[in-house]
Amino acid sequence: MKRRSILKSVAAAASASAFISVSSLAAWAANDTLKIGFVGVTSGPAAAWGTSNVRSMQTRAAWLNETGGVTIGDKTYDVEIVTFDDQKDPKRAIAGMEKMAQEGIHYVVGPNVDDGAAAVRPVAEQNGIIYFPYAFPKELYAPPAGNAVLGMIANYQSGPAIYKYLKENKGVNKVAFVAANESDPLSQRDGGITAAKALGLEVVSDNVTYQVDTTDFTPVLTPVIQSMPDLLVLSGVAPANAPQLIRSARELGYQGLISTETAQDATVLQEGAGELANGFISVGGASTPEIASDTMKEFVDRYTKMFGEYNDESNTKVYALEYIVETLKANPAAIDNVDEFKKTMDTFSAANPYMKGDSHLKYVGTTSFGQKRQVFVPMVVNEFKDGKFETLFIAEVD
Amino acid sequence: MEQILANGLYLGAQYALIALGLTLIFALMNVLNFAHGQMYVLGGFVTYTVYAQLGLPFVAGLFASAVTLAIIGALIEYFLFRPVIRRSSREESTMLLAAGIAFFLDAVILLVFGEKQRGVPKIINGVLNWDFRLIMPYDRILIGFLAILSIVSFILFMQYSKTGRAMRALAQDRVAAQLQGVNVDRYSMIGFALGAMLAGLVGGLLVTITGVNLGMGGPTSIKAFMMVMIGGAGVISGAIAGGFILGMLESIGLSVLSQYGDITYLLIFASLMVFLSIRPQGLMGKPWG
Repeated sequence: MKRRSILKSVAAAASASAFISVSSLAAWAANDTLKIGFVGVTSGPAAAWGTSNVRSMQTRAAWLNETGGVTIGDKTYDVEIVTFDDQKDPKRAIAGMEKMAQEGIHYVVGPNVDDGAAAVRPVAEQNGIIYFPYAFPKELYAPPAGNAVLGMIANYQSGPAIYKYLKENKGVNKVAFVAANESDPLSQRDGGITAAKALGLEVVSDNVTYQVDTTDFTPVLTPVIQSMPDLLVLSGVAPANAPQLIRSARELGYQGLISTETAQDATVLQEGAGELANGFISVGGASTPEIASDTMKEFVDRYTKMFGEYNDESNTKVYALEYIVETLKANPAAIDNVDEFKKTMDTFSAANPYMKGDSHLKYVGTTSFGQKRQVFVPMVVNEFKDGKFETLFIAEVD
Repeated sequence: MEQILANGLYLGAQYALIALGLTLIFALMNVLNFAHGQMYVLGGFVTYTVYAQLGLPFVAGLFASAVTLAIIGALIEYFLFRPVIRRSSREESTMLLAAGIAFFLDAVILLVFGEKQRGVPKIINGVLNWDFRLIMPYDRILIGFLAILSIVSFILFMQYSKTGRAMRALAQDRVAAQLQGVNVDRYSMIGFALGAMLAGLVGGLLVTITGVNLGMGGPTSIKAFMMVMIGGAGVISGAIAGGFILGMLESIGLSVLSQYGDITYLLIFASLMVFLSIRPQGLMGKPWG
């Protein structure tokens, strides 16, 4: 009996030591972890904006990890996405950025809106964090600010290009603007009005706004449609509101063009407005069949497999993580030193995996901000037609 | 003017139907159901799934929404509100529970139905255009009619059915109703299920017009509370009046005041504050509750 107990103890000890040895070996063999943060809105009416961000990052991170991780300098890392839902509240955005600082994270994607992006600036600058907001205020990106990198194309960059195209190709002369009564859409509306006037367009309606929780837009749009515009601009419209606005405008008898400078989702437009959304113009990313590379197509497949359904807004949001990883690859010293990252931004260039042809990832923004604080993404202006986006024209920004 | 009136009536009918369920639950159980908006959203998603995803008739979607929310309402009353009411006489206990349910339902909706705005195919095509004085799509007319029909059916049910009479007795005086043999637990559960069912029904109706997304719950609850406060908390006719008043104010404000920017809801809230300071019990409520 005693002998059996001793044998049992020996066997247990041997098993335990074998387990510990295997675990140690596994730990030794595993990659280090590169944590990239996300602070943005993943709940409430604007959840689609942040959710498409997070899911794009998670899809790409899983893909990179599956293929062995990311080699930066002489180390290989698995990418971990650390997320924080700021609920579109600047106070929570600050708390989120503080959490990222506490976790030692130096690179964060988000926030998604103007006030959140402005609120986190002191935290990011004090804690050595480079962040990629989807917000347009120029003071975030122009000196003396230096830690924010615009993750998309701003409305003051895409708006003039769209209006010019429509003026020259579609005979647009009279424009009406409608916006949600919130800081982002209102500032985008004001920027749009300035751009339209600079192009010599007549602005026939510029002060109609709506509550962000509006569900019936017929009363809102009635006075706008009565002003008989050639182009109705839905400034900064949320994907949740776009189909209802389009539908109400068409049902009120509006025959002209409708556009926005924000990214939209084809499925949402199709479900909410159907054929009434045909001709709707919006800004997208490397999405349409004409320009999407095989890597982009695989990204869409992987995203769909992971989350059940793709979101067209991710066509733009796929880029931020790629820029962070590729810039760190270009300068491994930047992994915990954002000053090195900033230095690299001026000269950085890498192949753009998401677009066909000779497109490159590079930082731009000198014209708009006086320094390179914007990711270069193609300005793809789309037209919605029968459930899909078709490329209207492609432009570049600097 | 015709357009303003038509918009106001249409908005009022849908608002009244939203407020009815909320005020019914308050009348029967003295519970401020902060999750009412989320129940409305859930109803919209159920109709979306049945009608748009599964391709079944719209009526089947509406039926599924009503039944699903009635079952959820009954379960919430039985497993959550009933024990809390039994153990705590403090009103804030049920308020916190309702707020917790709202957050929970938001999370469930996000997980199950996703973050995207959803819409369904139009149930009827075409637009009524009366010489550009009145423009109203046929589907809005139909939904407005169905909303009014639902309100009338609900009133008749409460007025003439045995269950309705029992619930009215419960709302008027809980102790007296109990002494008269009304099964308080049973009718509280039926009332909560009916209130949730109304939220689901209106969610199913309106998904054809407004679509649905997970962020709609909170604002819907706020509007429903406004209507109930205007009409008088716990009073069925008050909720209906509150709904139509809010719908008409919104329609008039958005049309007449559009050139001054988005001040319609600013004025509505300011007016509500003044109104409640003069008549805190609302139009048809009683000062003693």
